[in-house]
Amino acid sequence: MLDVAIAYRRYQFLGNEFLTWLWFMIETDQNRLRQYDPDLISLNIGSRLVLENTRNNAKETVTIKGDEANLEEGLVALKKGAVVTEMHLSYKTVGQDWLFSLKGESLNISNLKLPETGPVETPEDLEGVVIEKVYLLEKVIGLVNNLFSQFIKLRVSDTWRNQTISRIRNWSAS
Amino acid sequence: MGLLSSRISVTRYKVEGRLDGPVHETVYQSLKQRSIPNIEDDGSEAIVGWTSFETPYVPDFEGYSFVFGAHMVFALRVDKKSIPPKLIRKHYTIEAAKRLAVTDRSYLSANEKKVIKENVVLTLSRRIPATPNVFDLVWDYQEASVWFFSNLKSANEALETLFIKSFGLHLIRLFPYTTADLIAGLSDGERDLLEKLEQSQSEG
Repeated sequence: MLDVAIAYRRYQFLGNEFLTWLWFMIETDQNRLRQYDPDLISLNIGSRLVLENTRNNAKETVTIKGDEANLEEGLVALKKGAVVTEMHLSYKTVGQDWLFSLKGESLNISNLKLPETGPVETPEDLEGVVIEKVYLLEKVIGLVNNLFSQFIKLRVSDTWRNQTISRIRNWSAS
Repeated sequence: MGLLSSRISVTRYKVEGRLDGPVHETVYQSLKQRSIPNIEDDGSEAIVGWTSFETPYVPDFEGYSFVFGAHMVFALRVDKKSIPPKLIRKHYTIEAAKRLAVTDRSYLSANEKKVIKENVVLTLSRRIPATPNVFDLVWDYQEASVWFFSNLKSANEALETLFIKSFGLHLIRLFPYTTADLIAGLSDGERDLLEKLEQSQSEG
């Protein structure tokens, strides 16, 4: 394996391309996402989307905020060659809701709100709540790992170059 | 930043290697050995050590209390002293004036100023209590994975250093490349292609 610090910088673009692909999948192919995670009812963009365009030696950042945000501006930025660098997501399964942000360069999860768990009223309650929280974390971390694995297998294949890039381009232009 | 917080930040790690000996006993001994010391008058700026998830201000790992089902849950504690710059300036000015009076001079050399400042910082460090910062972590030994509940660079670096000192195991942070390489299940051929990847040219 490459030196970790070098690999972090050298392949930073992979995380941003992953988030860009994920936005495209969310908007165009929820059924495929359900194949990746059979428990998934829906995965949607939440209240924040950040895009960056670093082409032509200049950095342009577009931040879209708000619960009912209009993502048009993001599509315009994509058309100009921007990529998604940060995304707030809403993940739903039957009766459960997760909200979280994902950063492209690190794949770090932040601002994660888990589904409700039982209250901790006595020391005996704690163990059950911890085990439940760990299970709920496993679900969302598993989702991210699974989606990224699907993406990276596509990304190293010919399909990415021959089909996916043009499909993303057509979607952002439509 | 903790597992029970209403909003959580997570940094994911892969653990490289396995422990020698029984897992829970080995972890227990290592946690005890590197548990955060209860020292308030130490002159050091920051103290780093392990603490227990349930009682972070009174570390207690007895009875394998860090075991929750199939996971181990404990916490990194960083006790940091932060001295306000204005307080340093005040005490430095007082001490510098004393030194001038004792030596009957109107100026101090650069070296004298440096020594006075160092002494002031050391004296204040001993008097000011450290502020504890607690960061929980979940270790799934079977899956060789650690979730650390902070994205702060300094906290993550402190964790990586203390983890290898305590358990002799490296933590590999999972960012896009390491996730692809270590947990995406790529074949050898796909991994070769991964090494050669360049940024896509997707603009219209």
